[in-house]
Amino acid sequence: MDFERFIFYFLAAVLVFAAGRVITVRNPVHAVLHLVLAFFTCAGLWLLLEAEFLAITLVLVYVGAVMVLFLFVVMMLDINVSPLREGFIKYLPVGLSVAALIVIEMFLVVRARNFGADAVAIPARHGVDYSNTRELGSVLYTDYVYPFEIAAVILLVAMIAAITLTMRRRPETKYQNPVDQVAVKRADRVRLVKMKAEERQ
Amino acid sequence: MIALSDYLILGAILFGLSVAGIFLNRKNVIILLMAIELMLLAVNMNFIAFSYFLGDTAGQVFVFFILTVAAAEAAIGLAILVVMFRNRQSINVDDLDTMKG
Repeated sequence: MDFERFIFYFLAAVLVFAAGRVITVRNPVHAVLHLVLAFFTCAGLWLLLEAEFLAITLVLVYVGAVMVLFLFVVMMLDINVSPLREGFIKYLPVGLSVAALIVIEMFLVVRARNFGADAVAIPARHGVDYSNTRELGSVLYTDYVYPFEIAAVILLVAMIAAITLTMRRRPETKYQNPVDQVAVKRADRVRLVKMKAEERQ
Repeated sequence: MIALSDYLILGAILFGLSVAGIFLNRKNVIILLMAIELMLLAVNMNFIAFSYFLGDTAGQVFVFFILTVAAAEAAIGLAILVVMFRNRQSINVDDLDTMKG
């Protein structure tokens, strides 16, 4: 067993363990932390596949932003876990059997006879001067420039939607009204008074 | 060396685990969202494995877009979750019966 294979099996074992803990632990905070572990190990596997840019993106964007958002929401909400666990035992057999069925079916399709080393040749490793980021960028900004811009619009829509959903107006809070501020006239603010000059004492 | 089938089987196991998670935690919206994230991770793994073994960068571009859409989905999902908790003081799926569906 060479070193690369050892790394693959180690990361795969950690990944499956973390994914199993995500769906079985009682505390949602622990579930989020195990999901972070799963993302980290998956980034390691992607490094094995020479997708360095996406591995770093997964750690920076997913672990750094999305999972922290998850953690923030889970810790902010005061959740009573026990009613949410109802039916866990009841649905355990059907859930596991459906999952096993899916895994077995997919295994029959993707097993070594169809996608093994004999069927799909293992490509040679790139040299040290190969840049995955440059490769990805040269495709992303030419062939996929329209989808790239649509992705930007999707992110904008998501941002606006998240803000609109969670924003609420409290009646006791005082707001400034920019329309009134802009529409103000000089006469509303300044009053000139004509009066005689005071005499020196 | 590691063959393509190893990565695909790992992706299948990950996908199966997340499907089981949706069945087991059908009342907890947070765990449901996390199971969906796991599913997307499994699919991304398959995309990257195919991209590497077939020598085509398009798979990685697709993973890039999936990550973008997943981030948007997580943001909106969590916003809905916060609004739901504010209105009902609960994140139980069974409490969402206003529309009698």
